[in-house]
Amino acid sequence: MTATQTAPVPPALVHDEAVRVRGLAKRYSGRAVVDGIDLDVRRGEVFALLGPNGAGKTTTVEILEGVRRRDGGEASVLGADPAQAGRAWRDRIGVVGQSTGAGNALTVRETLDHFARYHATPVPTGELLADVGLADAARQRVTALSGGQRRRLEVALGVQGRPELLFLDEPTTGMDPVARRQFWTLVEGLRERGTTVLLTTHYLDEAAHLADRVGVVSAGRLVDVAPPAELGGALRSEATVRWTEDGAPRSVVTAEPAAVLRDLLAAHPAGEVPGLTVTRPGLEDVYLRLVAVAQEDPR
Amino acid sequence: MTATAVPAPLSAPPSALSVGLARIGLELRLYARDPGQVAFSFAYPVIMLVIFGSVFGDEEVVPGVGFRQYFLAGIAATGVMLTSFQAVGTGVTEERDRGDLARLQTLGTPALAYGIGKAGQVVVTTVAQLAVLLAVAAYAYDVPMPTEASRWLTFAWVVVLGILSGTVLGLAVASVVGSARSASAGIPALAVVLQFLSGVFFIDSDLPRWMDQVAALFPLTWMVQGMRSVFLPDSAAVAEQAGSWEHGTTALVLAAWVIIGTVVCARTFRWRRAA
Repeated sequence: MTATQTAPVPPALVHDEAVRVRGLAKRYSGRAVVDGIDLDVRRGEVFALLGPNGAGKTTTVEILEGVRRRDGGEASVLGADPAQAGRAWRDRIGVVGQSTGAGNALTVRETLDHFARYHATPVPTGELLADVGLADAARQRVTALSGGQRRRLEVALGVQGRPELLFLDEPTTGMDPVARRQFWTLVEGLRERGTTVLLTTHYLDEAAHLADRVGVVSAGRLVDVAPPAELGGALRSEATVRWTEDGAPRSVVTAEPAAVLRDLLAAHPAGEVPGLTVTRPGLEDVYLRLVAVAQEDPR
Repeated sequence: MTATAVPAPLSAPPSALSVGLARIGLELRLYARDPGQVAFSFAYPVIMLVIFGSVFGDEEVVPGVGFRQYFLAGIAATGVMLTSFQAVGTGVTEERDRGDLARLQTLGTPALAYGIGKAGQVVVTTVAQLAVLLAVAAYAYDVPMPTEASRWLTFAWVVVLGILSGTVLGLAVASVVGSARSASAGIPALAVVLQFLSGVFFIDSDLPRWMDQVAALFPLTWMVQGMRSVFLPDSAAVAEQAGSWEHGTTALVLAAWVIIGTVVCARTFRWRRAA
């Protein structure tokens, strides 16, 4: 198929990847947690690593953040090897962690004012507070914040140094639906400003809503990469045609549902085909099949 | 507005010293907002002084030197160890368990800046603690305070070396200890053993010879002896095992511990719990 062949990449664009990973591997006591991942994240996109718990998402991200050593493969983040990179590089990436890093006794404003002093060009605290919707909570102690507010503070700390690339590791785990929606709006705002975002999640709807492209990780491997609507290309083209015949349910899985329908309509010249439906697999079906295939195929 | 008031665009992140100074402010603020820690570090030495004062009353260790005056030296040295070694050792492991240190690592915080913040906080809190202790000793118990500048100079270098060695050894111990739970059990226990070994609770010349030799390995012993040379008259030096104040050896041993602790920290400091 010549149509899917990609044009040669112009040299100027080769460096326009925020993250480039080849054959990434990490083992814990002999067990491969990351087992040969290839990954490219383009500048300006929101990329979601989607996978079940224990798939190796967090380990992959921690290697890219430069806080965990890899056992094999190559990694380049903003043009540098994260295992070698220094402070100037760290100031160009942002990480949203599970902790503010300064305990709970400070107020929101004090926390932001303190960490502003770690960055070359911090966002002014007032602007940051407004961006994440914490202006009214600025004088509250961190202890007194709700779970959603605390997450906003962590996001504010992650973007305080104006990062080119932001890592979000399972950012909405444990959030209520309202807080999740607000959080998504926050990430969309970052994308609009040109920040590249690499997020991990085990929520399908989150990946579908936020990401320009989704990489499905299972058993330490990347099993598919595509925009959310195109994930699992071949799996998706299969449709299931269901109807009722002589009182019994019938179904056919086919890549050519139109042909099946023509036969069915010909067999029912009188009109209606009882119980007729044609369904394409949704994101969840595709995802579950991708994950299952990877887990049944241990290397 | 002059042109210099507009900050030039910076490309490099602030220096380790600059972040370290910001961290001193942060550490002091967090310390002041932890009532338990404040009460402990200020009240403990004073309570020890009250207990020793009540138990021994006006008895004398050597002619002209009361028990309160004698033990003030040990209590001051203990206070320095508690606010440096014990507080830093347990505090760092707690911060690591909470994920605060992992967060600092992703920010690119230089380990040196973190160390500067700890040391700065220890210096300020220790100085305040010693001021309270000496004030209580002088005004409530009439313990005579040294009048010669040379004695206060000795006091200053003993305190500074004690703080530095305690801070780096606290950081070093935090690297070795696995979790905050084992740190909060083990470090105070170690501190108590050191206090007994190092003659905080005894007259130095009463200690068995072997115990004195073991104790001579640890910095607390030398801090206590240095403090005695500050608060006791020179006639009391006969009660030392060596029969003199040994200032040279004191400075050497404490400085050696500062260097050893710094090297161990630099080689073993961890931002994260072992996987």
